[in-house]
Amino acid sequence: MNPFHAVFIDPFLQMASAPDLLVQTLWEGLVSGVLYALVALGFVLIYKASGVFNFAQGIMVVFAGLTLVSLHGFGIPAPLALLLTLGVMGLLAVAIERLVLRPLVNRPEIMLFMATFGLTWLLIGFGELVFGGTSKRMITSELHLPQGAIDLHILGGLVSLQKLDIAAAAIASVMVLCLALFFQYTRIGRALRAVADSHRAALSVGISLNQIWVVVWFAAGAVALVTGIMWGAKSEVSFALQIIALKALPVLILGGFTSVPGAIAGGMIIGVTEKLGEFYWGPLVGGGIESWLAYVIALIVLLFRPQGLFGEVIIERI
Amino acid sequence: MTVDVLLAVENVSLRFGSVTAINNVSFDIRRGEIRAIIGPNGAGKTSMLNVINGFYQPREGRITFRGQTRSRMRPALAARQGIARTFQNVALFRGMSTLDNLMTGRTVHMRRGFGWQLLRHGPAMAEEIEHRRKVEEIIDFLEIEAIRRVPAGRLPYGLQKRVELGRALAMEPELLLLDEPMAGMNREEKEDMCRFILDVNQQFGTTIALIEHDMGVVMDLSHRVVVLDYGRKIADGTPDEVRRDQAVIDAYLGVAR
Repeated sequence: MNPFHAVFIDPFLQMASAPDLLVQTLWEGLVSGVLYALVALGFVLIYKASGVFNFAQGIMVVFAGLTLVSLHGFGIPAPLALLLTLGVMGLLAVAIERLVLRPLVNRPEIMLFMATFGLTWLLIGFGELVFGGTSKRMITSELHLPQGAIDLHILGGLVSLQKLDIAAAAIASVMVLCLALFFQYTRIGRALRAVADSHRAALSVGISLNQIWVVVWFAAGAVALVTGIMWGAKSEVSFALQIIALKALPVLILGGFTSVPGAIAGGMIIGVTEKLGEFYWGPLVGGGIESWLAYVIALIVLLFRPQGLFGEVIIERI
Repeated sequence: MTVDVLLAVENVSLRFGSVTAINNVSFDIRRGEIRAIIGPNGAGKTSMLNVINGFYQPREGRITFRGQTRSRMRPALAARQGIARTFQNVALFRGMSTLDNLMTGRTVHMRRGFGWQLLRHGPAMAEEIEHRRKVEEIIDFLEIEAIRRVPAGRLPYGLQKRVELGRALAMEPELLLLDEPMAGMNREEKEDMCRFILDVNQQFGTTIALIEHDMGVVMDLSHRVVVLDYGRKIADGTPDEVRRDQAVIDAYLGVAR
């Protein structure tokens, strides 16, 4: 078989011949896309409001997940543990604003970026001290998250949808909707958009940057908590999970750092492409495409549309 | 009759490292007047505005606003106390519509919690309608009805300046700081802007401090002028007094020392 045939024709023939497998693959892609989108969303919130690429978003996901599991481990009922964890993320937001952002205000972005690196390692060290280094099981059933699968007999085959994945997609959608309403209609939401556009103009109309920062870091913390629960439920909650911060990078490059719809669409595109690539083209190179395909896509996007698919075009006068 | 001083600047100095941006400057702004701050490039005019609205902390000196001497000032606090400003190189919320830009100017007057706002119901809705009414008045006043829904970033420069003024007016400030409101404008736009500034001062009774390079505009608009040069105050008085002042003429034309 010639290579052209193998790359450009054969995979599509396979797709056509087994549509149920294609649908299954697409579904799995969308599901991991939702999780990527959630992580990216956390980044976008913070980047918009403070211009900081928050490297610590990944560890915040782990931290939130571990806090929840450990609180439940102390015998606190799951719903209460969820609220308490939200409170912990709030405290974390206040602490980060006070101890990291405020002293570094008006410093170059690279400094703030490095500070979030520091924050990452601090949270890893602190987290291991408090929670121990072992991975933990997410309290999926205690949180009343559905388990099992729905089997659809369609397209002459079987498509299996995990109920947990459906729940994850639903929860993520509701959360994005809430965030959108919050941004659109509330004073703080409007202030957030204002801060994203211009710090000094926002200050001049009486918006307190400190307050806004706490709000966005808390929002990002809440998003991290949801991500931690969902991701943790699919595998386990462990420090290895923080690698998803790196997974969000291609999503952000694709969607643009400043666009919430971009983060969502980017997450979906990356998720689907990864799964399709792995399933249909992976065997050609002996598998393992999934781990690097996203970065290749990101590189290609960078070449042709450096601002991402949805990001702001930056035009500067020189 | 005693003079009603709205803002008093006393012996203020501001340094960045070894550079002295403002050197022991004192002047006051009376309630209801248009006060121009002029001077050659680098005289410290914008720095002065930045000190007044709390972007910079003066190294020495006192600033008294509405009879209250303040210690450390933050911009958000200055805004809440009634000081609004525009910027030399327009600082708008570029992604937001003209309307939203002006609504953001109402931030300092919004009271209701965001829970209510999210529901778009009850007291928050009534408040939002009230703010919206105020904003529409300003839109009428500045004759920008047609661009209500246009993202500010897409507007031509002259209109951006006008929207920025609108945002400051939406704050209903007691003191309005305008940093070169007419820079880069053509004759017609300048005339419009002059008219707006005069109307703001006369109709709303807003006190205005104005930095401007166009001497014709300064002489026509302002009641009193303070002149800065290399961070020092070199003259202070009515436009006529300042125009005849030898130090001012020297600063602008340059003299052999």
